[in-house]
Amino acid sequence: MNTFDYVRPASVADAIAAATAPGAAYLAAGTNLLDLMKGDIARPERLVDISRLPGLDRIETLPDGAVRIGALVRNADLAHDALFAKTYPAVAEALLSGASAQLRNAATMGGNLMQRTRCGYFYDVASACNKRAPGSGCDARAGENRLHAVLGWSEACIATHPSDVCVPLAALDAVVEIEGRDGRREMPLEALHRLPGDTPAQDTALAPGDLILAVRLPAEAAGFAANARYLKLRERTSYAFALVSAAAALRLEGGVIAEARLALGGVAAKPWRSRAAEQALAGRRPDDDAFRRAAQAALADARPSGDNGFKIELARRLVARALALAAAGTPERLPALPASPFSSAAGARHVA
Amino acid sequence: MDLSISLTVNGVRRDVALDNPRVTLLDLLRERLDLTGTKKGCDRGQCGACTILLDGRRINSCLALAISHDGADILTIEGLAQGEELHPVQAAFIAHDGFQCGFCTPGQIMSAVGLIREGQAGDDPERVREAMSGNLCRCGAYAGITEAVLEAQKTLADAGRRDAA
Repeated sequence: MNTFDYVRPASVADAIAAATAPGAAYLAAGTNLLDLMKGDIARPERLVDISRLPGLDRIETLPDGAVRIGALVRNADLAHDALFAKTYPAVAEALLSGASAQLRNAATMGGNLMQRTRCGYFYDVASACNKRAPGSGCDARAGENRLHAVLGWSEACIATHPSDVCVPLAALDAVVEIEGRDGRREMPLEALHRLPGDTPAQDTALAPGDLILAVRLPAEAAGFAANARYLKLRERTSYAFALVSAAAALRLEGGVIAEARLALGGVAAKPWRSRAAEQALAGRRPDDDAFRRAAQAALADARPSGDNGFKIELARRLVARALALAAAGTPERLPALPASPFSSAAGARHVA
Repeated sequence: MDLSISLTVNGVRRDVALDNPRVTLLDLLRERLDLTGTKKGCDRGQCGACTILLDGRRINSCLALAISHDGADILTIEGLAQGEELHPVQAAFIAHDGFQCGFCTPGQIMSAVGLIREGQAGDDPERVREAMSGNLCRCGAYAGITEAVLEAQKTLADAGRRDAA
């Protein structure tokens, strides 16, 4: 780990001033940043510790019915907030399917949004990686790339965004509140993460010094509470990043899908909302044919970036399954293995 | 900036002058306070051997900067037993052969203490396994670990009911 200066500002304004300098990075829990620093992937010259900034650790219901999640709310606290989990069950399920209990106790909402890819070549400083060292090339392109992107990738970068919770947040029209040098602004979560293009080193639309204050779910997002799921395929049962994941949410009226929401994870450099699939579902009866058509629409533009063509069919099947489970109704209690396709609501055992 | 911090470790206040902000809680416990019960396995948040309770919650101490946790209350494996009397989780790990080589055991036990405090798993072994998935055991003592967690949880609940009565 490189040496760095450590500052702990007392206010958001002081934090932004301290973090605008080149080489500065925000520190919250540090569960991703310290890992990157230990591997020499990140070498910040200054850490700006925001973990004690006041007022950013609250879950609030706003007068218009929206819910505001402070950037410092811990993953475990949000997932186990009874009212939040009941209102946004797919978000809670995604949170509990991510990382381990220890990490969920530390990791924050803002940090989750800002976490970096787990591409093995990004993590290996001996490899060429345009995200880590712009212009050096991409060793993933001709390397071990079964886990890499099938949507929105470029020749410069085929990495995926690893977040689980961003997937249902994108599906539910979450908004990110940001404060920067020029004051406050907000943007849809969908606009926060960038596709790689020719500049994969830039993960997000944030400028130097920009600080995420909160994530907001609009009141309408609560309308999907009765039929919402997050499903995540992993290469081991627990404590693994998604091979492919899907957040599916339906609003049913009189046996027909009045409105659908769908986003995928593990397939692109950002959570991948599919409005084509949502439109294909609107007005249809919630049956297997509708779900299969939606899955086709969601992956219509997918193409392998290497030995990962299997992920496209896997994603189609996972989308159809997530929609079917959403249509069957949000379970009263999350399954023992949250988001696992191998876990029934009753808690099927994965160990005989 | 002043790099001195003050922590309460296993009930005792400890003032530590850090020479560098890079020090993690794990390294501070092991190298500065000589509390080597907390193990350094992967040092990257993947194995759980460094699990401690920070302000009552289990975390990976390898991924926490000490300087960021000035004033925190920390419980490590050394602080669990009351004199010669083992904590119920420690006793249950022995009773159920919840270890072989023992390297991961302090992390497993601290994680189990955290899990029981969280109160989310109930008596469902599947939920216990899921909630313990952040602790790897390369000897493969998982079956005994799950049994130990379930029994310790019951022991602590029974003791809680006796205290309340």
